[in-house]
Amino acid sequence: MAVTVKIPTQLRAVTDGEAEAEVDGGTVGEVLDALFDRYGDLRERICEDGELRRFVNVYVSGEDIRFTDGLETEVAEGSEVTILPAVAGG
Amino acid sequence: MAIESLRCKECGGEYPLDARYVCERCFGPLEVAYDYGDLDIAEVRRKIQAGPRSIWRYSDFLPFASAPRGSLTTGTTPLLRADRLAERLGLGEVYVKNDAANPTHSFKDRVVCVALAKAIELGFEVVACASTGNLANAVAAHAAHAGLESYVFIPADLEEQKVLATGIYGTNLVAVKGNYDDVNRLCTEISGEHPWAFVNVNLRPYYAEGSKTLAYEIAEQLAFTLPDRVVAPVASGSLFTKIGRGFAEWLELGLLDGELPTFNGAQAAGCSPVAQAFADGRDVCKPVRPHTIAKSLAIGNPADGPYALDLARSTGGGIDAVTDDEIRAGVRLLAETTGIFTETAGGVTIATLRKLAERGDIGVHERVVAVITGEGLKTLDIARETFERWEIEPSLDEFESERADRVPAGASR
Repeated sequence: MAVTVKIPTQLRAVTDGEAEAEVDGGTVGEVLDALFDRYGDLRERICEDGELRRFVNVYVSGEDIRFTDGLETEVAEGSEVTILPAVAGG
Repeated sequence: MAIESLRCKECGGEYPLDARYVCERCFGPLEVAYDYGDLDIAEVRRKIQAGPRSIWRYSDFLPFASAPRGSLTTGTTPLLRADRLAERLGLGEVYVKNDAANPTHSFKDRVVCVALAKAIELGFEVVACASTGNLANAVAAHAAHAGLESYVFIPADLEEQKVLATGIYGTNLVAVKGNYDDVNRLCTEISGEHPWAFVNVNLRPYYAEGSKTLAYEIAEQLAFTLPDRVVAPVASGSLFTKIGRGFAEWLELGLLDGELPTFNGAQAAGCSPVAQAFADGRDVCKPVRPHTIAKSLAIGNPADGPYALDLARSTGGGIDAVTDDEIRAGVRLLAETTGIFTETAGGVTIATLRKLAERGDIGVHERVVAVITGEGLKTLDIARETFERWEIEPSLDEFESERADRVPAGASR
């Protein structure tokens, strides 16, 4: 299942400057694993002990995955996964 | 005061003092780090007392080499002793810090003043923000004053008063069909694509420093002493934690003696991710979808939630949530006992103060400061139906007869 992942500027140093990546995966976890396979340094930036770090937000088509099934959230063909820093706003 | 760097609050990673807010190693938030060196306390105090009547009297504790010039005069708002409020709540010494007395009538003038000065220093020509309303007013006004172009992003269902009091300044006002957290996500994305100073995104480390001035003012207004307890609203948690940070810095430097006050955070039950995490003993907040009349506090995904929880727990305080009816009653209680008409966020604070008092959490000898962050005229709708008015012909007889019906016998003549 091909989905588009949007990479925030803060992580583009480890994605060779790419702002988007096309990867395969049926859940958010699988999508991120596919992304980490491509960009090895990405994993430790946003994950710790197999979980997302506490200041990382991930959205599937605009919906925060903590409102759905977290890393188990299913992603449909062609949907958009967005990674963003959580420390903005207020 | 020398400002050193931006430092990650999670891993301690250091970064130069430019427009950035996220640690690239761990995604933690960045905070301004200062080198206080060997400070002459007596001299610092003299300098503060001889300083301008604005937040810039504390410029030694703000992220600038020298005090910026020409901003809208912000800060030095009244700290009022509220004896009638204290009496109604069975408390001893209660003060109200009335931050509605700022240029755009909320504490947001403090943070925007600092953020815009930094934006100008860094050479930005456009400023922007994601706002629940008060910040929108402040960014639009301060940008107009400074002659900067601005973009203000708000949830489309914001109170009309806040929309009107923003648009008038000639900003690019963008109403986003979604809640604040949607607006915030959008702005985080936009900030990566446009070379703009988003005050609460890429300039957030500087912006947040502005809230420390609330603590400095409270301490100075109490003759350089500390209150025993602070009750303040929690939306993102930034204001709440920075008030703590302001007191902590002055304690560390010896400008104040004693220990940090007890910190009580106030949230609306319709948007209480931090209060829920506090009650559950968690150190991470689970986001919620807000549904409350306290729209200025309607952040379902609070960036500084973990730090607000830390401050409440480490000072023996807490984070409470109050219902919309309690919020209306809180606005009313403050108005009729102090003459201060606050917006719904202030109602949240007063309702929480009342809850703490009724629960017996506050000692009768405690000195308590309630932080009122905004103006009642911005959320006028909630005042409707909280009182009755007499409608009469212009006739003395009719007035007297109406009064006899309404005012209990024995009232003043």
